Amino acid sequence: MTDRIFRLNRRAALKAGLAGAGALAAPTFFIRDAWADDFCNMPKGSTVTFGFNVPQTGPYADEGLDELRALQLAVKHINGEGDGGLLKTMKPLALKGNGILGKKVAFVSGDTQTKADAARATAKRMIEKDGAIMITGGSSSAEAVAVQSLCQDTGVIFMAGLTHSNDTTGKDKRAFGFRHFFNAYMSGLALGPVLAEAYGKDRAAYHLTADYTWGWTQEESIKDATEKLGWTTVKTVRTPLGAGDFSQYITPVLNSGADVLILNHYGKDMINSLTQAVQFGLREKMANGKKFEIVVPLFSELMAQGAGDNIKGIIGTANWDWKLEDAATKAFTKSFGAAYGMPPSQAAQTCYVQAILYADACQRAGTFNPTKVIEALEGFEFDGMGNGKTLYRAADHQCFKDVLVVQGKENPKDKYDLLAIKKIVPAAEVTYDPAIFGGDLGSKAAKKC
Amino acid sequence: MKHASKLADFALLIGFAVMVALGPVIFEPIGAGYPDLLQKFAIYGIFAIGFNILFGLTGYLSFGHAAFLGVGSYAAVWSFKLVSMDLVPAILLAVLFAGILALAIGYVSLRRSGIYFSILTLAFAQMCYNMAYSVLTPITNGETGLRVLRDDPRVVDAVFGYVSPAPSLFGLQMTGWAGYYVCGAVLVAAFGLSIAVFRSPFGMTLRAIKSNQKRMGFTGYNTRPFLLTAFIISGMYAGLAGALLAAVDPLAGAERMQWTASGEVVLMTILGGAGTLLGPVVGTGMIKYFENIFSSYNDVQLAAIFSFLPDDLRDNVVSVLGMFVGEGWALTLGLLFMLVVIFLPGGIMEGVMRLLRLKHTPKVKSLGDSPQRDAIGESVIEDMPPDDHTSRTRESAKAMRETAS
Repeated sequence: MTDRIFRLNRRAALKAGLAGAGALAAPTFFIRDAWADDFCNMPKGSTVTFGFNVPQTGPYADEGLDELRALQLAVKHINGEGDGGLLKTMKPLALKGNGILGKKVAFVSGDTQTKADAARATAKRMIEKDGAIMITGGSSSAEAVAVQSLCQDTGVIFMAGLTHSNDTTGKDKRAFGFRHFFNAYMSGLALGPVLAEAYGKDRAAYHLTADYTWGWTQEESIKDATEKLGWTTVKTVRTPLGAGDFSQYITPVLNSGADVLILNHYGKDMINSLTQAVQFGLREKMANGKKFEIVVPLFSELMAQGAGDNIKGIIGTANWDWKLEDAATKAFTKSFGAAYGMPPSQAAQTCYVQAILYADACQRAGTFNPTKVIEALEGFEFDGMGNGKTLYRAADHQCFKDVLVVQGKENPKDKYDLLAIKKIVPAAEVTYDPAIFGGDLGSKAAKKC
Repeated sequence: MKHASKLADFALLIGFAVMVALGPVIFEPIGAGYPDLLQKFAIYGIFAIGFNILFGLTGYLSFGHAAFLGVGSYAAVWSFKLVSMDLVPAILLAVLFAGILALAIGYVSLRRSGIYFSILTLAFAQMCYNMAYSVLTPITNGETGLRVLRDDPRVVDAVFGYVSPAPSLFGLQMTGWAGYYVCGAVLVAAFGLSIAVFRSPFGMTLRAIKSNQKRMGFTGYNTRPFLLTAFIISGMYAGLAGALLAAVDPLAGAERMQWTASGEVVLMTILGGAGTLLGPVVGTGMIKYFENIFSSYNDVQLAAIFSFLPDDLRDNVVSVLGMFVGEGWALTLGLLFMLVVIFLPGGIMEGVMRLLRLKHTPKVKSLGDSPQRDAIGESVIEDMPPDDHTSRTRESAKAMRETAS
């Protein structure tokens, strides 16, 4: 029996070694010199390819599919099909409605599964196989940060979709990444005065925070903003992502001495925690002689639909809403509605605008060379995209525009009419010093891939 | 007989190596001939081969193998951050840490078998995942994932004044085709090692455990050390795959350790054929292909493919097929998996075997423990009783039960 031990014999080792050496030598025969461009994925034919990297499965799939609809619409409008959408309202506009620099836009899409790993894999596929010149989309900050650093390494421009963490254009900012969506810090700046007005300056807040990067940055930003108003923070509690049952976190809130509950949750977490907080009777409760209130700093229409009646009266912030009154919003809502039979979400709007902005920047730069396109986008000021006058700040590639403070409607007409715009906070009030988050954009030199 | 079989194994390995070397050419026609996907084929192939050493040989279904993959990735990224951008220390550290974790988890989990073992490994892996996501954020960087930064210390590199923008092997950058061929070479080596394990007395012992653990006990074997060794080897394979994953894309995210990732490797192995040599690699290719290529088709591309059809018909065809591509890729994969489990319980390799048997009927001497065999080579082990029909049906029923669980 003693001979029955595992042994890798000499022959097997030799064979494995030989085969390994053979495989190692193989690249010299097969590496092809396919990419001798001036820059990565330089468009050669009559089309230029965009990569739409959105979650189509996983927790944020609803947002992702809406983004994909909007991006397909953007391609049509850039190519001069359909009703032109925001190309009619954007100022200044270089696009002519015949593609970009005479080339028609084609696109490829992929499923990020709401995972950073998968998002990078699909982005790589678009860059290596499909020759995408620009990647856009995504609906979580983890995805955005991961894909952005990949795009920096490969020299392809990334126009971020839905990402609200401060890190995307803060400590993890990159020269090849641009964000149109607002961030948690701006939410805090916008929300502060409204909260003071609605609930007074003498409040004690209790935070429940999704335990990951986005949750932390939002908690920090909202805590800062509310403490500047004179609020106190009783306690901040981290909850695991996707917890499902929040009752064990909500019970202690009742007797904590707090009179405001701030839910730093997103998606299904927010729907569950809000619903349970309402079921526990928090909103009927009196604390410290005041009516107990709940605040959800980041709202989306899709979340409001999930939360149903519980969202009524709750205050939060949003990037954009289809019920805004300006001409651009109306034009976009009309062409999206005509194509898909429903109003667009803020995720859809942000991706649509990002695609148009990129196309316009190429047209203005007169080339697809990423260095030139980055320069065209940096410091670009525009109007007529639904958010009022907007600036793409050069220092951190963050857009500065009006932020909406929204409140759940008491008497919604239908399932798309759930949020009322309480206040439009002007861009100047949410602008901050880029230095506060640190980070480094890195090189914007074009690369061969 | 023994001699010929060694030759057959050698032929299999050489054939495999040639396939890997020709990968870019072979996969080009089906739209998979680009570096990133082929790297994934190779890396997850290593993962599945390792998993197969445990599951295919011993029948112990671990539902927590992603934990070792994740730990390997984190160890490798930390090596890139602190030690050197070179691949060698990263692989050594990743394999070491994955091995240690496998020792710890295996030591506890292997006290039980069957479904209890699966649940234990699943619980440990989810524990690792949740810790990586929250408590261990200083080490793992939580949800954002651990990345290699320009200003990391890299002690060894600093001594030699070596600067590399991306992980490399002795100066060869691990990106693009070079990255694929390094991964491919490791895959071939891992495959060779797996052949060695399958053919060794150790492999035979593991099969004997699978066929009847009690009987092994009665014949005087203490089975647990063998199982633990297999578990650790398999965990180290996963760590190796994790290190390569971090090398071709220097980012380690916690979702790599999630139960879905553990489930994926089980699917890969069963889809391809558990207990076969080539099966896990085939299964890996199938799943990664669906995930990356099927998910990329959208209605516009479908319409272009079916442009030869009349408009009305084309719209219908596109809208029906559209459900199975794009966001429906997982549905297609699920259907395929069901078909395979129902009609080919031995996985795709069983299908291949059936095809081959139609053409010529090779003498198959049974292992007595598994309905699945390789096209080449499984006839080598002659000191087991010959195959009889009853034991085979019993075994395939058992395999189906395992897959169902």
